[in-house]
Amino acid sequence: MKKPETVLVGLVLAASGALALGSSVAAVGRSADVGIKEFKFAPAALQVSTGTTVRWTNHDEETHTITSTTGAFASRGLGSDETFAQTFTRPGAYQYFCALHPQMRATVIVK
Amino acid sequence: MDRLDRRGFLSCMAWTGSALVWTSAGGVLASRTLRAAEAAEPASGGFSFVQVSDTHIGFKGQANGDAAATLQQLLDRINALRPAPAFVIHTGDQTHGQKAGAFDTIAQMLKTVKTERVFYVPGEHDVFLDGGTEYLSRYGKGTVGGRGWQSFDYKGTHFVGLVNVLKYKGEGMGALGQDQIEWLEKDLAPLGASTPIVVFAHVPLWAVYPQWGWVTEDGERALSSLKRFGSVTVLNGHIHQVLTKVEGNVRFHTAMSTAFPQPAPGAAPAPGPMKIAETDARRMIGVTEVTLVQSTEPLAIVDSILG
Repeated sequence: MKKPETVLVGLVLAASGALALGSSVAAVGRSADVGIKEFKFAPAALQVSTGTTVRWTNHDEETHTITSTTGAFASRGLGSDETFAQTFTRPGAYQYFCALHPQMRATVIVK
Repeated sequence: MDRLDRRGFLSCMAWTGSALVWTSAGGVLASRTLRAAEAAEPASGGFSFVQVSDTHIGFKGQANGDAAATLQQLLDRINALRPAPAFVIHTGDQTHGQKAGAFDTIAQMLKTVKTERVFYVPGEHDVFLDGGTEYLSRYGKGTVGGRGWQSFDYKGTHFVGLVNVLKYKGEGMGALGQDQIEWLEKDLAPLGASTPIVVFAHVPLWAVYPQWGWVTEDGERALSSLKRFGSVTVLNGHIHQVLTKVEGNVRFHTAMSTAFPQPAPGAAPAPGPMKIAETDARRMIGVTEVTLVQSTEPLAIVDSILG
């Protein structure tokens, strides 16, 4: 299957984030979880410190995505119990949504 | 309307026992039992086509362990129709989230359908990963600018296939976009008001339930260009259940999924696949057959279930 460009970007970011975890840039290895259940991200507003890896887990049977509104990151379609991780190396408010159900919206705030 | 009717457990031909056939006269819906429909003489000069929707190849879950298997069973039934449908329209979500290999699987399956041609419009599951690149490489040929939308005439009826999932991202709902609406207006302009029109698209063009994204943001603009026509039928998918509405001369109809049902609008916390007993599920998945008796008569729409 053809890998779309946006997803490649997401994967590259995730990969570089993972590498950063092993370096001194973000050696702390902090992590946080976001669940997806009944078409909602929980928590809908997550605050983390710089360098944190956020991991999303889809608890729905329906497929969902984690897609940045700015294109900064994008997961592929996550089936039931599948996960996606993204490391945030720069402060900011990162809004995202599910590309399949765009009424599902949430934010990661990185300080 | 009782629960059976509301869910649209309409069935036809010799497919199942629980059946109603819908006909529309002057914008008023009327139903007939299956037996009455079967007893009716086949009309000369008429034709029928089948709408297949939301096949979600690649989906595997409690709501359906094998979406390809239920589709195959429905294709077998389509192939048993006499006369064979003139063509088949797939109203999107061929694949479940563009799962690897899913486009190939369904393409192989639909090749076995005994009909002249299959027409397609995409669902959001078919395009969300790559913005429609793979879908359009397969099905964009012959569409307007290779962008997926198209129109064609068949025995006096004008068919329009619209794409309302490519502007999906971040906008909260389906949308057609300015280019497509302008094209639609030009496409319809030369047609007489007595031309029967059938419009098909994935996400409902009417506001079924905006809270769940079951609406096309600029659908009203498209529909306003259809108001002058005496007979308009709008066929959509996306919501995995039959809902009908009549507004003036426009008749709206959504099709069942061949893979799994979704709850009625607002009937559940979220619009996820319904986990129900298999025997119930089989009554809630199916296909739609549309028969045009004469080119000046209203269309008869019949939904056929699997169970």
